[in-house]
Amino acid sequence: MSHGPSAPSAAPHGQSHDHEPYQPVFTPGSARKKELDDLMTRYPDKRACLLPGLWMIQQDRGWISEDAMREIGEQLGVTAAYVKGVVTFYTMYHQHPVGKHFIQVCTTSPCLCAGADKVVEAFLEHTGCKELGLTSPDGKYTVIEVECLGACGFATPVQINEDYVENVTPEKVPQILAELK
Amino acid sequence: MGYPHKSHPRETPVLSKHFGNPEARRLETWKSLGGYKALQQALTMDPVAIQNVVKESGLRGRGGAGFPTGLKWSFMKLNDGKPHYLACNADESEPGTFKDREIMRWTPHALIEGCAIGAYAIGAETAYIYVRGEFTEPIARLEEALKEARAAGIIGNNAMGSGKKIDVWVHRGAGAYICGEETALMNSLEGKRGNPRIKPPFPAVSGLFGQPTTINNVETLTAVPHILNNGAEWYKAMCLSSPKSTGSKLFSVCGNVAKPGNYEVVMGFSFKEFLYDLCGGPLPGRKFKALIPGGSSVPVITIDEAESVKMDYEGFLEVGTMLGSGGVIIFDDAQSMPRQLARLSRFYAHESCAQCTQCREGTAWMTKILERIVAGQGTFEDLDTIFDLAENMTGKTICVLSDSCAAPVTSGINKFRGEFEALIKGKRSSAVALGAGV
Ligand SMILES: Cc1cc2nc3c(=O)[nH]c(=O)nc-3n(C[C@H](O)[C@H](O)[C@H](O)COP(=O)(O)O)c2cc1C
Ligand code: SF4
Ligand code: FES
Repeated sequence: MSHGPSAPSAAPHGQSHDHEPYQPVFTPGSARKKELDDLMTRYPDKRACLLPGLWMIQQDRGWISEDAMREIGEQLGVTAAYVKGVVTFYTMYHQHPVGKHFIQVCTTSPCLCAGADKVVEAFLEHTGCKELGLTSPDGKYTVIEVECLGACGFATPVQINEDYVENVTPEKVPQILAELK
Repeated sequence: MGYPHKSHPRETPVLSKHFGNPEARRLETWKSLGGYKALQQALTMDPVAIQNVVKESGLRGRGGAGFPTGLKWSFMKLNDGKPHYLACNADESEPGTFKDREIMRWTPHALIEGCAIGAYAIGAETAYIYVRGEFTEPIARLEEALKEARAAGIIGNNAMGSGKKIDVWVHRGAGAYICGEETALMNSLEGKRGNPRIKPPFPAVSGLFGQPTTINNVETLTAVPHILNNGAEWYKAMCLSSPKSTGSKLFSVCGNVAKPGNYEVVMGFSFKEFLYDLCGGPLPGRKFKALIPGGSSVPVITIDEAESVKMDYEGFLEVGTMLGSGGVIIFDDAQSMPRQLARLSRFYAHESCAQCTQCREGTAWMTKILERIVAGQGTFEDLDTIFDLAENMTGKTICVLSDSCAAPVTSGINKFRGEFEALIKGKRSSAVALGAGV
């Protein structure tokens, strides 16, 4: 569930993405349309393609807008409201645009006792993000705390977009940020 | 292999033997290491015969509950004319647990082989590996390996030339601890919110897409090819204490310890030797204080209690906790238990699917109280309230997430009450000072 205090869904930061016209992802003849159609053959019910379909949209468009929910809903024969119900259950789908580099620091107990809270502070300081979940003024970074990333022996793990960076300490943060393209 | 450390001589690397060796990811190498021999053999066997070998081996589920795997498979009614499914649980989100990730990263073919054998043994033509959404590298490794296996005809419409159809697919989750609960996983895979389902019906009767389904953990399925290759007796012989716990087990070790990582030992290994010898003991100048040995959902034990434990299902039960997923979380004397438990409680409050009142309200309320105590604003009455809450959260909900929040918190208070009382009295001892970290 995406409620609770530790991973606020990233809030928009003055971007106007909401008003830009939505570009459909699954247009007839497109590679994504073919990918989705192929995927449907793996399951007895095409609704099972909802999570994968949402991933495709997020990869291509950066986040899941209301228009996107309508589009995938039409593809799979479910309503936009149904899709919204699903999207809001999972923490990884962005319901707002986020910074170019989406930084998630694990702060669950095993990482906390290895000093994860200091890593969060370092990221906030060096990205210029004023608080967790707010995108930096330059639109480059969003930092959130996240629950256990399943890499607790490599504390502190940080997920930056799709990739894990492990054994992060506050001292390493400036270098990690400098290496982001 | 005690990944990321070199193998310790006292480890028994079966599943972890090739961790750290990127070559082992390739089909060609994997086959030269003995890969897919077990599947080849399995496909010539009667599914019930495979179930029996697994029953005989004593293998128990490595996902947390320790249910006997062969027995679970035998609940699937063969030849009932319905499509059957195998769902491999690779949601690995239990705090302290990070073993399945290494299996998938380093030996994806091992898991694929286990899935294919498992599917065949329960009369399924399709297996889905449900991997948590964050695990992009394991997913990529699995996808590469599946591509190779499909191209080589190992899986597909005519698996290894047997004339049998076995498909294995990866399905990516999207961030929700609760989707590791088996019925929530099924809902999620079907494209729904990941709410656990009320049981019965049990998955073997009505699971994925309403059809008979078996759910097994990654480590469980990965053990199966070894059992077929070496025999049930070989597996059963890996046992140092209780005969009800057999085989080797991967333990993930994290928190305040010199050498965190994954270690594979035979069931019944001495926990004391494990902690001080294999894992290198505490950090310099520190002492171990408390542990949660089975992922965060089981009761806390003190280091004194831990030192007598034999590491198997029964051994952990004896000191009032559980082996669970085998994720060992260690807290040393610089940690504040109230602070750590408040954070754990927050984890459960965040991850509750919110269907059951006791869980939705209980986890949130418990968190609020614990955070208040940590902030130095708690009362003695708060401690009583926590125990009241815990009672209402235990055994009363659709799934055990609610119980999983109560267990570490109440055991932690019982064992480290002094730390809670000191905070309430406003006397923070320096050893448990807030914010103490590494
Ligand atoms: C809240 C909750 C989370 C769970 N998370 C996982 C998980 O991440 N991985 C897993 O294998 N089992 C998890 N389980 C246990 C599964 O429900 C199930 O028992 C297990 O996957 C069965 O496989 P096994 O018999 O091979 O252990 C979880 C259970 C609960 C109640
Ligand atoms: S116990 Fe909690 S997580 Fe489990 S079904 Fe009920 S509300 Fe959901
Ligand atoms: S607690 Fe941080 S990765 Fe598991």
